[in-house]
Amino acid sequence: MIVRGHETLLVQGITGKQGTFWTERMLEYGTKVIGGVNPQKAGTTHCGVPVFASAQAAAKATRVDAAVMFVPPLGAKEAALDAIAAGIGKLCVLTEHIPAQDVMEILAVAKAAGTRILGPNTAGQVTTGECFVGIIPAFNDNIFRKGRVGVVSRSGSLGTLICLNLVQAGYGESVFIGIGGDPVLGTTMQEALMEVDADLNSDAAILVGEIGGTAEEDAAEYASGMTKPVIAFVAGGSAPPGKKMGHAGAIVLGDRGTYRSKRRALEAAGVVVLDMPSELGAALQDKLGPPTP
Amino acid sequence: MDFEEHAAKPLLAAAGIRTPKGRLALSAADAALAATELGVRAVVKAQVATGKRGKAGGIKVVASATEATAAAERILGLEIGGYPVQRLLVEEAADIAREFYAAVMNDATSKGPLLLFSTAGGMDIEEVFATRPETVRRQPIDIRAGLDARAAADILAGLDLDAGLRTRLGKILAALYRVYRTRDAELVEINPLALTRSGDLVALDCKFTLDDAAKGRQADIAKLGAPAPATALEQRGQEQGLYFIELDGDVGVLANGAGLTMTTMDAVRHYGGRAANFLEIGGQSYTKATAGLDLVLANPNVTSLVINFCGAFARTDVMAEGVVQAWKTLQPTLPVFFSIHGTGEKEAIALVRRELGFEPYDVMDDAVKAAVAAAKGATARGSRP
Repeated sequence: MIVRGHETLLVQGITGKQGTFWTERMLEYGTKVIGGVNPQKAGTTHCGVPVFASAQAAAKATRVDAAVMFVPPLGAKEAALDAIAAGIGKLCVLTEHIPAQDVMEILAVAKAAGTRILGPNTAGQVTTGECFVGIIPAFNDNIFRKGRVGVVSRSGSLGTLICLNLVQAGYGESVFIGIGGDPVLGTTMQEALMEVDADLNSDAAILVGEIGGTAEEDAAEYASGMTKPVIAFVAGGSAPPGKKMGHAGAIVLGDRGTYRSKRRALEAAGVVVLDMPSELGAALQDKLGPPTP
Repeated sequence: MDFEEHAAKPLLAAAGIRTPKGRLALSAADAALAATELGVRAVVKAQVATGKRGKAGGIKVVASATEATAAAERILGLEIGGYPVQRLLVEEAADIAREFYAAVMNDATSKGPLLLFSTAGGMDIEEVFATRPETVRRQPIDIRAGLDARAAADILAGLDLDAGLRTRLGKILAALYRVYRTRDAELVEINPLALTRSGDLVALDCKFTLDDAAKGRQADIAKLGAPAPATALEQRGQEQGLYFIELDGDVGVLANGAGLTMTTMDAVRHYGGRAANFLEIGGQSYTKATAGLDLVLANPNVTSLVINFCGAFARTDVMAEGVVQAWKTLQPTLPVFFSIHGTGEKEAIALVRRELGFEPYDVMDDAVKAAVAAAKGATARGSRP
């Protein structure tokens, strides 16, 4: 799911501390935030935009292309279903610790309604130089500079490190898609990779993966048919088996989800797999040539 | 959170799935008594929340109280998958004609529930999927429609089952799906689901994993889960709300976010060292630097420390402030190597420089290399002078 600069954004949970802080940052960056949701404060103005009672009320009043949720776990399902019922086409779910079966219900309803979901448990998405959605410092030019590399990441902190290395090497991002750290996700790594592949502003893709699940293996299958170069880093090669490494999805069970399995699948698909994030610059230079100043 | 068999089976029974008669025993003498109460051939089973109990010698069929005592004594001395065996389930042994496999689980690929069934139950199911696919049904379920007995029976069409058996299995699968849905399971699995010689369908084993995020609304059963084996330090971390995993190395790791923390551990290994722990203070716990540092330093094996912050949502200046406070309180003498990037980095670097006199490294790799070298006995004191 990619939000473009011309698209309008609704912030669910806009009046909270995080909602307020990041709405201000998104507006400064150029994101077209056109309103927020808080049933208790409907009719007021916050961060310079109107507050609505619900996403459905907002969609009646104005055009809403996308929404982002600053909503706690147990209110997440209701808020997401509200956004979907409002006919909003793109929904970014930042919330961590939503029960997985709630996520599945959200995704099933969203699919039937034609709403794309990013997350849950994601930092969000950046369309560099146009807009960002979520809790990412798109405005920090050590991390995000306009360029032609699309980055897809399961992790926010590691995605940031990769972007930092990318910018230090003289390149920049076309888009950053944080798909989230949960085991069940609205946009899989493979689906995000397909979007980078289809994106006219992206010349290459970087996959930032980690142990657990089969997202990297599935993405590798798609990458094998791509002409754009794909570079990957997979975290957790040194993690012990059977332990959840912070993210609910980052766990090796038996032979599934291992570093070895992911690396093998990616390399077999022609993806360059980095040992360390610091090797990114050299790999990009090899695939794209030297950065254009 | 995983459930031991004795805690998982009542969830099946409550949904109308038959389970063997039996009870928990905490000693060999009690196990013998339990076997005698049953009055028939019994099975003594180690209660640990991990697989491959049979292969590890944790399951034994016994025909007398004497045999039950001997089996229980042996099994209670075992450690299986890192879990010491402290409890036994003593159940009546089934007279098995056929064994099936049935499970419902969360599936990332279909983004919904997945039903798995095989007519070749009782063995390592991953091997069955690989070698005998003709015995397997793998069906994503539409979570909005759910799964009724008739639809479940239809899924089994084409397998080596007569119509009557298929109908009965359909009912059991629908009940299993109900357990999965009403109890927020990540996985609920019956292996084997036995057809006895007298024609009954009985769940001889059950694996149940509760979604940790749903503990709040499953409070009545959440306390029945088996905590993963934890070291004293790991328990201390849990009490402080920090997710800490103790490893066998000597380079302490403090980083923010799960992905970056794993990467820091990977870097330690890549540059020839061994990480002493996993500990992330990112996400909602990024203000817990003090408690986190305290925990990392409490591990006596730690001889050097790498602190790696890469701030996006988490602010490195807030985390650095926590570290500085903790450093002044704990006054550790071991060498520490910082790498700080991202949101708040200017303030964070200045703070570490001013308050602790350490100079953070420009590149993560260099900080890690220095920490590894220090752990190996190099005389470096602290971050780059």
